[in-house]
Amino acid sequence: MGEFSKESCPSVKSILILDSEGKRVAVKYFSDDWSTNASKLTFEKSVFTKTLKTNARSEAEITLFDGYIVVYKFVQDLHFFVVAGDDENELIIANVLQGFSDSVGLLLRGDVEKRTALENLDLILLCIDEIIDGGIILETDANIIAGKVATNAADGSAPFSEQTISQALATAREHLARSLLK
Amino acid sequence: MPSSLAGDLTDPEMTQPYMKKDDDEEEIEYSPFFGIEKGAVLQEARAFHDPQLDARRCSQVITKLLYLLNQGETFTKVEATEVFFAVTKLFQSKDAGLRRLVYLMIKELSPSSDEVIIVTSSLMKDMNSKTDMYRANAIRVLCRIIDGTLLTQIERYLKQAIVDKNPVIASASLVSGIHLLQENPEIVKRWSNEVQEAVQSRAALVQFHGLALLHQIRQNDRLAISKMVSGLTKGSVRSHLAQCLLIRYTSQVIRESTMNTQNGDRPFFDYLESCLRHKSEMVILEAARKIAEMDVTSRELAPAVTVLQLFLTSSKPVLRFAAVRTLNKVAMTRPLAVTNCNVDLESLMSDQNRSIATLAITTLLKTGNESSVDRLMKQITNFMSDITDEFKIVVVEAIRSLCLKFPLKHRSMMNFLSNSLREEGGFEYKKAIVDSIVTIISEIPDAKEIGLLYLCEFIEDCEFTYLSSQILHLLGNEGPRTSDPSRYIRYIYNRVILENATVRASAVSTLAKFGALVDALKPRIFVLLRRCLFDTDDEVRDRATLYLQTLDGEGAVGNTEKDVKEFLFGSLDVPLANLEASLRTYEPSEEPFDISFVSREVKSQPLHEKKAPGKKQLAGAPTPVPVSAVDAYQKMLSSIPEFSGFGKLFKSSEPVELTEAETEYAVNVVKHIYKGHIVLQYNCTNTIPEQLLENVIVYVDATDAEEFSEVCSKPLRSLPYDSPGQIFVAFEKPEHIPAAGKFSNVLKFIVKEVDISTGEVDEDGVEDEYQIEDLEIVSADYMLRVAVSNFRNAWEDMDPESERVDEYGLGVRESLAEAVSAVISILGMQPCEGTEVVPKNARSHACLLSGVFIGDVKVLVRLSFGLSGPKEVAMKLAVRSDDPQVSEKIHEIVASG
Repeated sequence: MGEFSKESCPSVKSILILDSEGKRVAVKYFSDDWSTNASKLTFEKSVFTKTLKTNARSEAEITLFDGYIVVYKFVQDLHFFVVAGDDENELIIANVLQGFSDSVGLLLRGDVEKRTALENLDLILLCIDEIIDGGIILETDANIIAGKVATNAADGSAPFSEQTISQALATAREHLARSLLK
Repeated sequence: MPSSLAGDLTDPEMTQPYMKKDDDEEEIEYSPFFGIEKGAVLQEARAFHDPQLDARRCSQVITKLLYLLNQGETFTKVEATEVFFAVTKLFQSKDAGLRRLVYLMIKELSPSSDEVIIVTSSLMKDMNSKTDMYRANAIRVLCRIIDGTLLTQIERYLKQAIVDKNPVIASASLVSGIHLLQENPEIVKRWSNEVQEAVQSRAALVQFHGLALLHQIRQNDRLAISKMVSGLTKGSVRSHLAQCLLIRYTSQVIRESTMNTQNGDRPFFDYLESCLRHKSEMVILEAARKIAEMDVTSRELAPAVTVLQLFLTSSKPVLRFAAVRTLNKVAMTRPLAVTNCNVDLESLMSDQNRSIATLAITTLLKTGNESSVDRLMKQITNFMSDITDEFKIVVVEAIRSLCLKFPLKHRSMMNFLSNSLREEGGFEYKKAIVDSIVTIISEIPDAKEIGLLYLCEFIEDCEFTYLSSQILHLLGNEGPRTSDPSRYIRYIYNRVILENATVRASAVSTLAKFGALVDALKPRIFVLLRRCLFDTDDEVRDRATLYLQTLDGEGAVGNTEKDVKEFLFGSLDVPLANLEASLRTYEPSEEPFDISFVSREVKSQPLHEKKAPGKKQLAGAPTPVPVSAVDAYQKMLSSIPEFSGFGKLFKSSEPVELTEAETEYAVNVVKHIYKGHIVLQYNCTNTIPEQLLENVIVYVDATDAEEFSEVCSKPLRSLPYDSPGQIFVAFEKPEHIPAAGKFSNVLKFIVKEVDISTGEVDEDGVEDEYQIEDLEIVSADYMLRVAVSNFRNAWEDMDPESERVDEYGLGVRESLAEAVSAVISILGMQPCEGTEVVPKNARSHACLLSGVFIGDVKVLVRLSFGLSGPKEVAMKLAVRSDDPQVSEKIHEIVASG
């Protein structure tokens, strides 16, 4: 796993989706900073507890700890995190997070919650693979990312690039309304 | 509901555990992976070998495998190999989704090189397939797993892929190129033409990836980078990410070139400034941050601060955070530039995001005035408990510098620090507080007593041995000189009762210091020390015994009280590493160990040791202690009868090379300095196997070194191939005088041919000579780098009469740091307390040096540097030494250097 000097290229150190109890849904590390699974779990735990009380629902939030910038956003019971070195441009990292959470939203057709995410884990992992390659930002446009993942899907469902984010959000609202009425 | 593969994971086998849910607890959450087990999944992976592949089922199994890996499950070598081989079978399936998962799985398994060969051909086939998505992904997978030899085979395809019209393929190969460059730079460098073409691409991300790769390829070629930047800054870069890269590279070029400030024409800086008006916030931030990091005038800085100020009121937390973090950095060195933002910063103090609020307050602490201090302190106290240790340290550091800025306010700030000491916190945080209090105590005399009391309270309940020992040491130095020393005794003696052995030993030493310095307390201290004689730890008992013996006036025969104090509490004037090395080589004999023979030269740490933080040393592994070079030289030289009368060796220099690398004969010289002599030791190596040199001498011409006269020379009988030999030449010089001079050297010898096959030497030799470079004896050669443990105390102990002060203009220098290190190397002295490090963007700097000049004269130097004008450096030099003449000499050295 190569690491690059910050001078030359912005890089992402890890990308995480945790559930509302801090458990792993899907994670990917691109840096040697965490060499063992135990150190990864410790890191996830502290990221989770340190951000738990904040309200990162409407806008992405940010914090700095252990020498890392952590940009994060919560959607229903899923917590999205993108982690980078502390001298990284925060807005670039926020852009990655935006692309990540939006494309997951598209791929899950607005139904962004733990159960659906696990049922579609293959899509989530492919999605991460299309956003970052070995720490380097590959793509940040949610429509393109979702499109790349979905055209590969076995059942040949309609390409996601045709579905706009607002449509996806509409579906999400509908879903929420349904679950409330239950 | 999305209809994906894993959606069907609830097939009969999987629903089994799910059904159990009702039996167990209602609470258990539904998960498609509930009850999953590695062994079972590995069994399922056998389906990959099925001649009739069920793509859907295989996808499900791979997803399960990926899930296991993602949860941190590991496969044994055998399991991984088995899975890998099974997965390679799946290339037979035409199913696109399955193929995509196969790619992912191969990357996760990171196969060994002999396994790679099996998938290479399948991946290469995909690389040339008609489906673009296959091509892009196959490139990424292949580049991730192959080695150099295979890479040369596919190089041709990669070069084509870089300029492919499909941006996804171009990006995939460019990003792979960035990764490959780490291991195979020579191959990737051959692609520069294609990469350059990619930089001109219309696709935004291709441009970004192309630019990143091109920069990496050229990173060691300053001129090429400068050209690349100047070309691109004129043109239009489409991608915002690429624009950010270009800003980074541009600022790098500005930093490395000192040229373009002269004529006022700064095309690169104009580009950075134009980026402040870009439509993307990401680009604006990058440009503002880079400008803020540069050494610019206030007028040039102002536009950057203005855009950051606008960001402060953004609705996006990330943007507010980025802006306030940058302004905080600016405020560290140039608080005045940020004062305009104070109103916006004040409103951020109540920001929901605590990180932003902290940064806002610490920025205000730097930019605010004395009157606002109390209010800010109150605000901070309100939320200290909400923030992480990182931010607490930021706050503590801000308060320390504020306290030094407004000494009158020290009371409220010390109070705050002491409250913080009582709160929960990790070692780094507590250390930051203690360090701050110590700094404040040493800078503000009024704060001393109260500060010491706070520290005393802290050690009453301190879990960190390191901090307790530090504080006890400080108490020993400062406590006896306060108005009421007795008040500290209780705190110190409590440590003896309550703490671990290390702290107890420190406490005993501290008590002894009080006993030695405060006569009124002496009897009571003795009572306490006697109690320590019964301690369970031998170090504690030993210390107590030593102090009782030496401090008890009657017991010590022939020692004046001053000597005792100097012996017990004076700073050890030999570096600990050298003492340790000498003790290791000391062999028990009639002759007692003599500390005055220990070298006082400070070994400079090899750089590589500092630069490898990643490699942690095994705890407890003994670090090899190098035997001091001076000890070894002293031993060797005193064994040579001609030099035995020269007395004690004062200093030996580092070897100075007198020949270029890879010449016929390699020669370096070590300068040995004695009181009235110097010995030049020429280390010669013959690098020609066909030659034997005999009667080798160095002819030294000392006409440019008037004060030196040659006394003897020790030639080298013979110098065979590749076995180094030494030649010595000794000179006499006036005693204790730091005579300087230049010596030119010629190597003279008789060459004899050697037959390499037989090793026979030709009888007849030819006289020959070989010119080597000149060497100089300079004033720094007479200076030993000797550290003092407490510079301030050492300075005050020296006679103020010996002080000589003068000011110097150093002219235009590359940077402040460069000027500081130049002066240090001219003087050849040891920087103390880390003052050789100049903070970035500093406009002034103080540097403390210490050393011992020939004749065993202790010298201390205070240097104050300041920048006047753009790069004009001015310096004030104050010297104190045991001998006023030496103080003057130091000024002469600087004046002539």
